[in-house]
Amino acid sequence: MTDRRAARTDEKPSTAVVPIRVPSGRDDALEDPRLSDVDEWGRSERFRALARTLYEPVYSKWFRVRWEGLEKIPDEGGALLVANHAGAIPSDAPVIMHGIEKELGRPVYGLADYFFRTVPVVGTLWARGGGVSARPANAYRLLKEQGQLVLDFPEGTKGPSKSFTDRYQLRRFGRGGFVEIAMRAGVPVIPIAVTGSEETMPVVFRIPAVAKLLGLPYFPVTANLIALGPLGVLVPFPAKFTLRVLDPVSFDVPPDQERYSRSRVMDEAERIRTLIQECVYDMLGSRRSVWFG
Amino acid sequence: MIQALETDPNLEMILGMGARAPSVPFERAEFVRADQNYSIVNRIVKATQVDTILHTFMVTSAGVSNRRVHEINVIGTMNLLAAAGASGSSVRHIVVKSSTLVYGSSARDPNTFAEDTPRSAPAAHSIERALVEAESLVRDFSEDNPGTLVTVLRFANVLGPHRTTAISRSLSRPLCPSIFGFDPLLQFVEEDDVVRSLLHVTRGGIPGLYNVAGEGRLPWSEVAGICGTRLVPLSPYSPLKIHPLARLFDLPPELGDLLRYGRGVDTRRFAATGFSYRATSAGAVQSFIRAKRVRRATGRTPTAYTYEHDVEQFFRHSPSVTGPAGS
Repeated sequence: MTDRRAARTDEKPSTAVVPIRVPSGRDDALEDPRLSDVDEWGRSERFRALARTLYEPVYSKWFRVRWEGLEKIPDEGGALLVANHAGAIPSDAPVIMHGIEKELGRPVYGLADYFFRTVPVVGTLWARGGGVSARPANAYRLLKEQGQLVLDFPEGTKGPSKSFTDRYQLRRFGRGGFVEIAMRAGVPVIPIAVTGSEETMPVVFRIPAVAKLLGLPYFPVTANLIALGPLGVLVPFPAKFTLRVLDPVSFDVPPDQERYSRSRVMDEAERIRTLIQECVYDMLGSRRSVWFG
Repeated sequence: MIQALETDPNLEMILGMGARAPSVPFERAEFVRADQNYSIVNRIVKATQVDTILHTFMVTSAGVSNRRVHEINVIGTMNLLAAAGASGSSVRHIVVKSSTLVYGSSARDPNTFAEDTPRSAPAAHSIERALVEAESLVRDFSEDNPGTLVTVLRFANVLGPHRTTAISRSLSRPLCPSIFGFDPLLQFVEEDDVVRSLLHVTRGGIPGLYNVAGEGRLPWSEVAGICGTRLVPLSPYSPLKIHPLARLFDLPPELGDLLRYGRGVDTRRFAATGFSYRATSAGAVQSFIRAKRVRRATGRTPTAYTYEHDVEQFFRHSPSVTGPAGS
């Protein structure tokens, strides 16, 4: 008896006379029963296809979007697109995202304030459609590790919340975080100047008290709201959108540094802001009509 | 866990400790009952001269009062580390089982947490606070004792045939709570992968801090879909601090955040140590619900052979057993 038992222990990993199931190698790997096509960013291709179909008429019939210099956006590899931001509920983000996807067949990940995530339904739909919350870690992962196009509006909420009297006056470009991310990820910044966005939903005045009460970043009273009533929240005016892609700006610095020179970052941010601002003036100078371009 | 360790013939002695008697019998491991904050661990370590401690008792899923969570996670860890760090201690390796709860869950979170990404917001829930505090004790310990290997594994939500957590309880009911307008992405790790990862770092003597989670992320709606349960959306806004419906579903507060914003972790660092998962996130959900269905239909847990004392004794000692056993 004793001998046999000793022999058995050598053969078998378990000392039990009857084998016990012990988790082992991955030869018995379990299946992966996915039901939806939602990826790690919360995007769903099925939802995006549907959204593209629904948005296409708005893009080509309502806003009649015209692009200039689209060939400056690379066909592959990461790049950070930055644009001016305007209109109480800005139409520029979907126009740029839809436009580049339609013309170049490349998806664009739109960065938005984390506030979006806290809004029920809207936050989820935004994520399914390709929106990402604007965290440096997210932008870095997309640009550097996944080589994607990322769209950022460095003005943040200061752009869309400004009154119509300040139209096409670009606000401060944040704290230059977008330059730092592009440097760290080693990708170029591609500035895009947008006209038409300001006239889609002009902000007549703001009610800060209501914004505070509702926990919103700003509460605008728009011309759409005055003209159309509650429907004005959903319906932008059909201004003609013109977008001009400027030459990519590359930074001659090594990627993945712990820190970058603060003054260099601020200088570059201001330089890019000036480039877009001047281009916007140039485009407005040659625009004959708000509605027909 | 101990059953898995017992199969390793190189181990001289295995000693289990717990506040409750083990639910499965052991072949050769010994077991000591301790109180909830493991105050006797110091004497045991001295007496037995163990060289490796697997610290797996931390509470990572609610269902326990705040006070006990603190006692178990913080004071228990403190006692254990004190024992391991005592002068003349024989302990060479400590493996700590923690949870990705230490990252929290908030709207400001990055999409993916790497091991060194800090939390976005201070810990609001007792269980998160306790885990963060326990991990900081472990960090202090590893700085004070450079000669001892310290491994911390942060596990994503565990699902599997046997373990019961707040999430598994919710998913096994016909109606399951969700928060209206939110469909967060979640990661899961299968029970067996938890044990396998603990074995992996223990046998390999791998120190460091690692996230452990199955491949892929699932929206909560899809998790419910795999489990065949119907989601009941709760109102995202509540004028009161206490949510009556959440109480009805006995939803712990940290899960309320998770069901809004979810959580994703970067698992590349642990994969680089040579660990391969048996189940993806979706696989873990499936493994859990399959076992649950069998249990529901037959009233028992489907398992392969488990150690049964009487049978083993019979095979080993009965004079009537002549051939190889277990046939």
